[in-house]
Amino acid sequence: MRVGVLALQGAFIEHEHMLKSLGADAIEVRLPEQLETLDALIIPGGESTTIGKLAVTFGLVEPLRRFAQEKPVWGTCAGMIFLAKDIGRDQPILGVMDIQVNRNAFGRQVDSFETDLDIKGIGDEPFHAVFIRAPLVTGVNEKAGVEILSRLEDGGIVAVRQNHLLATAFHPELTGDSRMHQLFLDMVHSSEPAK
Amino acid sequence: MSTNGHSGNGVQKGTETVKRGLAQMLKGGVIMDVVTPEHAKIAEDAGAAAVMALERVPADIRVQGGVARMSDPDMIEGIINAVTIPVMAKCRIGHFVEAQVLEAIGVDYIDESEVLTPADEEYHVNKHAFKIPFVCGCRNLGEALRRIGEGAAMMRTKGEAGTGDVVEAVRHARAVLGEIRRLQNMPPEELMTYAKNIGAPYHLVVEVAETGKLPVVNFAAGGIATPADAALLMQIGVDGVFVGSGIFKSGDPAKRAKAIVEATTHYNDPDIIAKVSRGLGEAMVGINVTPETLVLGKRGW
Repeated sequence: MRVGVLALQGAFIEHEHMLKSLGADAIEVRLPEQLETLDALIIPGGESTTIGKLAVTFGLVEPLRRFAQEKPVWGTCAGMIFLAKDIGRDQPILGVMDIQVNRNAFGRQVDSFETDLDIKGIGDEPFHAVFIRAPLVTGVNEKAGVEILSRLEDGGIVAVRQNHLLATAFHPELTGDSRMHQLFLDMVHSSEPAK
Repeated sequence: MSTNGHSGNGVQKGTETVKRGLAQMLKGGVIMDVVTPEHAKIAEDAGAAAVMALERVPADIRVQGGVARMSDPDMIEGIINAVTIPVMAKCRIGHFVEAQVLEAIGVDYIDESEVLTPADEEYHVNKHAFKIPFVCGCRNLGEALRRIGEGAAMMRTKGEAGTGDVVEAVRHARAVLGEIRRLQNMPPEELMTYAKNIGAPYHLVVEVAETGKLPVVNFAAGGIATPADAALLMQIGVDGVFVGSGIFKSGDPAKRAKAIVEATTHYNDPDIIAKVSRGLGEAMVGINVTPETLVLGKRGW
């Protein structure tokens, strides 16, 4: 299985290590033609403004949008912002998931945190999640098929799935727990057309 | 809603993971020195991953002399309010009260920096005492591991700030990465003496010998002035770059800033580096690093 990791800026190497540990091929994507042979894509954490601007400059926005309409894509943190349809501000996004996201929703770095989450689809054991200047999902369109996978104790939505698209406000690539990556690879398996 | 009733262990802030994690999000990016909110906007629009708020860029500190201190909190807040990307600010080496002030203002990262005039010629700040992460400069592996031992969550090789001469940045990046490669080949019985010789905490020497990398993200800094300079350091093996005077002391800061961001992402693609290097206007004038001009990098103990 060939899983691309958008490598414009941010924590892409951590995702690659995680994918390789689960037996998938990890391919760095910096230019549109590198999307061609991929089965799926991860958009990592980083600075969403930086990633957005580089995506515009190198002609990646439309190819990424087309890719996300057909194939599994997972966005973590900045990647979640990039996938959302509504982020309440003017910066380049793909706009493919029917979610509303608030950037830097928890405040500045001093408010970055770690906590345990219950996440649908990865088993009963809580998932230790790291939030770095993280976004929050402030609205979902359930009629469009958006499913909420996890909430903070105060109810804030931090993981969602819409068909073949996955988004998390936290960073599963920063911990040793590979269950979210496995969940994504399972989504890729099940979305492959029957032969 | 919690479905299995587990209460979790609550929320933890200011942990090592969270502090080091922000640096991981900055990787592959460019952190730019800015002295006004307008500069900060130009940097953000160019694609900077973060900005460093300071009163004078290093090139001006070198020319004007005098004591260089932490910036005015009003000026730092002005920059915080102007951009959405992380904002870093500098305190003097050992000046833990300046660091407390920067934490109180709410900056995202504190740079305990040799570019400012040191406040203590023997001791650095105990960075474990802060919830805000610190980045520190280093010239070699020993210095890097001493700073990490004190709690630094990110490193940057020092180079020689404010010169526009990349030679020291290359020297320091090669020193750190080369020492890590040599350390990986040492048998266990040599590690204690090696730790003693480079003045580094033994447990960190053992960790680096096992993992083959620093426990924190490592950027390059000090003298980077062109897209090719940034790509050179990336190819040598750093995680990202700081550009200080190189942008706002050049002819066309917005264009040069964007070009350096693009070259840092595509550091292995000479065609793209060539393309973004065209027509950037004047680079900062620059001064050669000589024994007389090599002054900032030596600060730090």
